[in-house]
Amino acid sequence: MLRWASHSLLILLTVPILLGTLIAILPAFGYFPTLGSTEFSLDAWRELIQIPGITRSIQISLLSGVLTPLIALALVFLYLASASGSKLDNWIRRLVSPLLSFPHAAAAFGLAFLIAPSGLLSRLISPGLSGWERPPDLLIVNDTWGLTLLFGLIVKEVPFLLLMSLAALPQLQPSKHVELARSLGYRPTIAWLKVIAPSLYPLIRLPVIAVIVFASATVDVALILGPTLPPTLSVRVLAWFNDADLNLRFLAAAGAILQLGTSLLAITIWLCLEKLSAILWRFWVATGDRGTGERLVFSLGRGAMPIVLLVVSGSLAALLVNAFAGPWRYPSALPASWTLLHWTSDFQNLLTPLLNTLLISVGSTFLALVLVIATLESERQSGKLRSTATWLLYLPLLVPQIVFLFGLIVLTESMQWQGTMSLVIFGHFLFVLPYVFLSLSEAYRQLDPRWSQVASTLGASPLKSFWRIRIPLLLAPCLTAIAIGMAISISLFLPTQLLGAGRITTITSEAVALSSGASRNLIAVWAVVQLSLPMLGFLAALTVPRLIWRNRTGMREIR
Amino acid sequence: MSEPKLELDKVSITLNGKQLLTVDSSVGPGEVLTIMGPSGSGKSSLLAYIAGFLAPVFEASGGVFVNGDDLTTLPAERRRVGLLFQDPLLFPHLSIAGNLRFAIDDRSADKATLIRQGLDEVGLGGFEERDPGTLSGGQESRIALLRLLLSSPNAVLLDEPFSKLDSQLREEMRTLVFTKLRASGLPSILVTHDQADADSAGGEIITLEQ
Repeated sequence: MLRWASHSLLILLTVPILLGTLIAILPAFGYFPTLGSTEFSLDAWRELIQIPGITRSIQISLLSGVLTPLIALALVFLYLASASGSKLDNWIRRLVSPLLSFPHAAAAFGLAFLIAPSGLLSRLISPGLSGWERPPDLLIVNDTWGLTLLFGLIVKEVPFLLLMSLAALPQLQPSKHVELARSLGYRPTIAWLKVIAPSLYPLIRLPVIAVIVFASATVDVALILGPTLPPTLSVRVLAWFNDADLNLRFLAAAGAILQLGTSLLAITIWLCLEKLSAILWRFWVATGDRGTGERLVFSLGRGAMPIVLLVVSGSLAALLVNAFAGPWRYPSALPASWTLLHWTSDFQNLLTPLLNTLLISVGSTFLALVLVIATLESERQSGKLRSTATWLLYLPLLVPQIVFLFGLIVLTESMQWQGTMSLVIFGHFLFVLPYVFLSLSEAYRQLDPRWSQVASTLGASPLKSFWRIRIPLLLAPCLTAIAIGMAISISLFLPTQLLGAGRITTITSEAVALSSGASRNLIAVWAVVQLSLPMLGFLAALTVPRLIWRNRTGMREIR
Repeated sequence: MSEPKLELDKVSITLNGKQLLTVDSSVGPGEVLTIMGPSGSGKSSLLAYIAGFLAPVFEASGGVFVNGDDLTTLPAERRRVGLLFQDPLLFPHLSIAGNLRFAIDDRSADKATLIRQGLDEVGLGGFEERDPGTLSGGQESRIALLRLLLSSPNAVLLDEPFSKLDSQLREEMRTLVFTKLRASGLPSILVTHDQADADSAGGEIITLEQ
């Protein structure tokens, strides 16, 4: 009966994304009926290659596309090699989910306010350590080569890859294997890298590729932290797309296809790096070396993760200080006084985007949750576990957003379905769905089947045992999935911007729009609102089950 | 409805083309058929087949009749076959009364009275609002048995229900379970690898080969 669910899940994931990508190709070659052009041509491409600085834009996108996953993955692996099972590890594991819920845009703003020449960090060391009486004349944020962008992306992707690794690790039984290697004389960190790392990598390969695609094609983070002269390719495509001159749409389409090519090139480079490191790694294992480099690995691994944490907490602090800062002269470390003025002055403007944000995130998450639960139920009833192809779930993360969203817009414009709330909710749903599925599927599949069997031997219909037994038992994971889905939706920028045709504003789209020109205090207010929403969601997901089941000790073991 | 009889008509279970077991037997009212065999002999699969949730990797054939009705054509929840697992499996999110109420199908029944009488009979009077997580192992087993009886089954399956209890409690539960089943006139099938269980059940014994 529920067979429809898994089918519609696959159709809803694949069709809009593949169709959107295919359709984006047409206007790139001059075919754009809504603009009155039905002739194929290469004009847009001729124009594109003559755009000043286009090579640099591609280079920066490639650079962040390859270096972000490389450095983030290295940090995660070194950390896991050196800290598994330690006290530090217990701490980090608890912090990784809230870290992940920090929206990209808010994190980018926070980082900018932390490390800018007049930012929190520079004020803390001035004039005492640095001797600066005025902000140094350095281009730190928006630097030409996108190093700050790279830094911001790494800080954001480390928690993501760490969470994916932690989810995959238990099936590899790492402590057992490391113990065995240690009994053969290997130092623990070396043992982890030689024995666990090669079997862990294939399990997190899809998330790594999603990181490549995101880092090479991000728009919101690049708008905030990336270079401006010229900006990254994706930022330029968005600018052409939003230009009042509709003829630039052809250029934007060609740019979107170029973005797809750039992301694919970044993936190809990554695959070559994979081959290379496999060879190097085999050579390293063959040496049988048991301890060389252990100290270096150990200190890198143990040191890097607290630094990431410090940067994130520093960014958070920078946002909070700016949101409540009164007069604040450089180089004072803290404002002379505190004020709520930034909040009260902009309160009116916050309301509509806030309501839109809630409506869109609740709507898209609800749709995704219903579809995911229906799919998992049909999987359970058919008795065929894991029949839903995992890689398909990653599809929305494997194609650059700007590419298939562009195609979807061309499609929906021709259907007169554009700039509406329903379209934006649908767009968000595509991105929310994979996360809701990934977060709920393990708990659902691991629920002891005997609960349902007992219920049916007691005469309960499938519907009764679903509502009265499975849903209550899975309440906590369901709420977590809802919190994750809403956090993803709240953090999305491009789907709102493009599918809403600029007419539907959310906290995130308004915050990103403020990045050009608004005061730091105002931006900070919006960023604080943006990051509080997912935090509140996770807080609710954590506390509600504890309140409901406070007299049910058995519910603490069900996970 | 009184005096139901459980018949297994050439029931056979196959896994990957290898036949695990064949059983052809009849269990009268208040009788217990004991099936013994090593793990992997398919005895739990037999219970799953009768109850209606055999995993699709198994192939099974044969009829299961209660009062002449073939259960294999019915979905699990309409077979009226009660099942006691190794664990009591009290629903952890419901109170004791909630667990028992879940089992009572009859809408017109005075559930509160049925529950109070039932609890008194198993020596747990006044336990209605207790959290299942706070009960001892023996108390949990008694509630599980009571819950099964309140669902008014036509037959009962016991899947090594005593194996996780300590030896003194085990003897006590055996006596309680078999007395109750005999008193309610239900045909039962017990699966076990403990000879003492079989002796206590006192019925026909089928021993499976590996």
